[in-house]
Amino acid sequence: MVPLGAACLIVSLPVALYAGAAALRGGRGDRRWVDSARRAIYALGVLLTIAVVVLEIAFLRNDFSVELVADHSSTTTPLGYKLTAMWSSQAGSLLLWAWVLSIASSAVLYLTRHRHRELVPWAIAVLGGLAAFFIGLMLFGLISPSAESWAFSRLDPAPAEGVGLNPLLRHPAMAIHPPMLYSGYVLFSIPFAFAIGALVARRLDASWIRSTRRFALVAWTFLTIGVLLGARWSYSELGWGGYWGWDAVENASLMPWLLGTAFLHSVMVQERRGMLKVWNVSLIVATFSLCLLGTFLVRSGVLESIHAFGVSKVGGPLLVLIAVVILGSVALIASRVDDLRSERRIDSLLSRESIFLVNNLLLVGLCVVVFWGTFFPLISEAVTGTRSSVGAPFFNRVVPPLAILLVLFTGIGPLIAWRRVSWEAAWKIFRWPALVALATAVLLVALSDARGDPLSLALFSFAAFALAALLGEFARGVSVRRALHGGSVPAALLAVVSRNRRRYGGYIVHAGIAIAFIAVAASSAFQTTRDLRLSPGQSATVGDYEVDYVEPTQQIDAGEQRLTFGAVLEVTRDGEPVTTLRPSRNYYSGMSDPALGPISGFFEGETTSEVGRRDGLGGDLWAAMQPDLVAWQDEIRQADRRVLAVTRDLPADDPEAATFANDIQGLAIRALAESYASDPPPANFRVNVNPLVVWIWIGGAIGVGGALVALWPSPEARRRRVAAADAARLARDLSRA
Amino acid sequence: MDTAALLLAALVLLAVVWFVSDPLRRSRGPDDDLEDPRIADLEARKEAKYREIRDAELDRAAGKLSERDWRPLDAELRAEAIEILDELERLRAESPGERAKIDG
Repeated sequence: MVPLGAACLIVSLPVALYAGAAALRGGRGDRRWVDSARRAIYALGVLLTIAVVVLEIAFLRNDFSVELVADHSSTTTPLGYKLTAMWSSQAGSLLLWAWVLSIASSAVLYLTRHRHRELVPWAIAVLGGLAAFFIGLMLFGLISPSAESWAFSRLDPAPAEGVGLNPLLRHPAMAIHPPMLYSGYVLFSIPFAFAIGALVARRLDASWIRSTRRFALVAWTFLTIGVLLGARWSYSELGWGGYWGWDAVENASLMPWLLGTAFLHSVMVQERRGMLKVWNVSLIVATFSLCLLGTFLVRSGVLESIHAFGVSKVGGPLLVLIAVVILGSVALIASRVDDLRSERRIDSLLSRESIFLVNNLLLVGLCVVVFWGTFFPLISEAVTGTRSSVGAPFFNRVVPPLAILLVLFTGIGPLIAWRRVSWEAAWKIFRWPALVALATAVLLVALSDARGDPLSLALFSFAAFALAALLGEFARGVSVRRALHGGSVPAALLAVVSRNRRRYGGYIVHAGIAIAFIAVAASSAFQTTRDLRLSPGQSATVGDYEVDYVEPTQQIDAGEQRLTFGAVLEVTRDGEPVTTLRPSRNYYSGMSDPALGPISGFFEGETTSEVGRRDGLGGDLWAAMQPDLVAWQDEIRQADRRVLAVTRDLPADDPEAATFANDIQGLAIRALAESYASDPPPANFRVNVNPLVVWIWIGGAIGVGGALVALWPSPEARRRRVAAADAARLARDLSRA
Repeated sequence: MDTAALLLAALVLLAVVWFVSDPLRRSRGPDDDLEDPRIADLEARKEAKYREIRDAELDRAAGKLSERDWRPLDAELRAEAIEILDELERLRAESPGERAKIDG
C-alpha cells in the first residue's frame, strides 16, 4: 500500500505541471488542450486522494515502517487522533494543502466546464502551478530528507512502537482545527485563480465573481471555524487563561479572515453596480497572499509562536511564492487599470454601497494594524538591528476602536437600501435600533461596571443597535410575507429566509458576529483573574467566589506514558456551593530524548495543562494549576539514579530487558505519584472569572450557521437555471418579490 | 524509494496519461457547448439586476424605502434590465450556437 501512495504523489507532480502547461497552450485557442488540462486537475484530485487514504491506512494499521506514522502516532493513540495525526507533521500538512487544493480545483473546473472559455485556461494554469509548487515541496523531501516534507519516508527496521502524537494536540478542537484553517486558506486560491484569469483575459466584468463567490464564502466559513476552534483550544488547553493571545500564528489566521470578509462584501457592489473592480481583485490577491503568509508563519519559524513548528526548509520557497504572487498580481492589475474602471459612481452617501465601502475600510484597517503588530519584530530588527515586540498591549489599544465601529456598521449595513435612501426613510428605519442602543447605554451606566470603561460601553451599545436592527429586518420580512401570503409567523419566517437565503443568511452572520464581539468585550474588560499559591486546605477569594484547595490528585496512564498531578478545588459563593473544579498538569515520558533521565524526563519534557472549567451563560469559572516541583528536585534526581542503577547494564537490544526497564521506571513513577498524593508540594493556580465567554462560541456557531444558509442554493436559483425565454422571465421574476 | 514504488509510479502515470490525453485524441470540433463570454457577462448582469429589482420591492414593502424613493429607483432598474435584455437578444441572434440552442 505505501508504495502506491508514494507512486501517486510522485506522479502528481508531472500531472500538475502538465495541467498548467496544457491550459496555457489551450488558452491560445485549441479547446482540446483546455479539456485535457481540466482532466489533469481531476486526475490530480484522484492521485492525491489515494496518497492521503494510503497514509491514513498506515496510521490506522500502526505501520511504523512509515516514519511519519512512527513520529506522530503510537499503538495507544486513540483512533480519532490517529486519523488526524497526519496534519500534525509538516509533510502531512503539505499533503493536506495540496489535496484540498486539488479537490477544490476539480470542483470549480467541473462547475465551470461550459463557461468562461476565455479565463478558465489561465485559472487552470494558476491552480496547476500552485499544486505543482506544493507537491514539489513534498518531493524535495525525497532528495533532501532533512526538509521533512516527504510523507512516505520509510524506517528499516520499523520500530515496535511509535513516539505518539504531540500531547498539546490531543484535543478534539485541535484535531479538526488544522484542516478547517487549511481548507479556508486553500479555498481562497479559487477566487484568486479566477481573478488572475479574468485579468489576463481582460474579462473584468462580474462573471468571475459569480462563479467563485460560493468558493470564497466556503473558504470564509472554514476559516471562521478554524479560527474559533483554535481559540477554543487555546482557552481549554494552553493554561494561560485566554482564548486569543495576539500570537503571530493566531494573527496569521485572522488577517485573511478580515480581508476575506471585506471581499465578500465588496464583490456584491461589483455584481450590482459594476464598481470597485480594482479593489476586488486587489482584495482577493491580498487575501490569498495572507493565506500563504499564514502557512509560511506556521512553517518557517521566522516569528516566535506557541503554534509554530520551528525552523524548516520550506519557509524559503514559500516566501518566494508569496513574492511571485504579490509582484505578478500587482503588475497584472497595473497593466489592466483601464479595463478596471468602475462603470458607475456611488449615487449617495446614504446607500448600502457606501456603507460597504466604509466597512471594507475598517476591515482593511484592522488587517493593517494586525499585520503591523505581528511583523513589528521583523520590521524593528531590519531598522534598528534589535528585535522588539509590541505585544498584546498594542493590539488591545488600537484594535478596539476599529472593532467598535465595525460592530456599528454591522447593524447599519442591512438597514440601508442600495443606491440611495432619503434621510426621512433612513430615520424611520434607524430610530428603533438607535433607541435600543441608547436604552442599553443608560442601563449599563446605571447598573453595571461598564460606566468606567467607555470603549466597552460603546461596543455594547453599538452591538445592541446591530442586534435590534437585524431583529427588525427579520420582523419586517415576516410582516411583509404575512401581509402578502398570510400564514403563521414561523412559516412566514421560514419562507422569507428560504426565498432570500443570501440576504438573511448574511443577517444571521452579522448577528453572530455582534454576539461574539459582545462576549469578547465583556470577557476582556471585566475578567477577574488571580494567581494563587495554595496548599491543600488553604483557600482564597476570586471576585465573588471563595476557592478552596481540597486535595491533590494523581493519575498514571501507562499507555499514554503520562503522569498527571491535579487538584480538587471547591468553589462557593456566599457560602453556597457553586462547583468543583479539577485542574491538572500532565507530564509525559521523555524517553525519546536520551539526554533526559528516566524520571526527570517526565518533568523536563513536554507538559500540558488540563483546565478545570465550569461554563455558564453568564460566565465561566476557569482554573489552571502547576505544582511547585522545585522542592522535589532532589527526590526526582534520586529516583533517576535508582532507576539507572538497576537498568544501566541491561542489554540494549533485548526486548525482555526493555520491558524490565519499563517496569522499573513505572514503579519509580508510581512511588513518586503516591508521594505527591500523601505529601503534596504547594501548587500555583490561576483562577479566572470570565464573563460571557461561552457567547463567543455561540456567536461563532450562529455566524457559521448563517453562512451555511447563504451558501445553500435557493429554489429560485435552481428554477432560474431551467427557465427559458428572457422576456417572459423578466415579467415573471419581477412579479415575484 | 524502492522498486515497487517506481513500478507503481510508472503504471499510475500510464493510466493518467491515457485519461488526460483523451481530448487530444479527438479531432478539433466547434465550441458549441461553451457559453459565449459576452452572453455570460450579460446573464450575470441580468440576474444581478433582477435581484436588485426584487430587493428594492422588498425594501419598499418593509418600509426601508419610501414610495418617493422607490418609484424612480424601480423605473431606473427596470430600464437597465430592459437594456440588458435587448443586448442579450441581439447577441443571441448573432451567435449561431445560441440560436441553435433556442431553436432546438
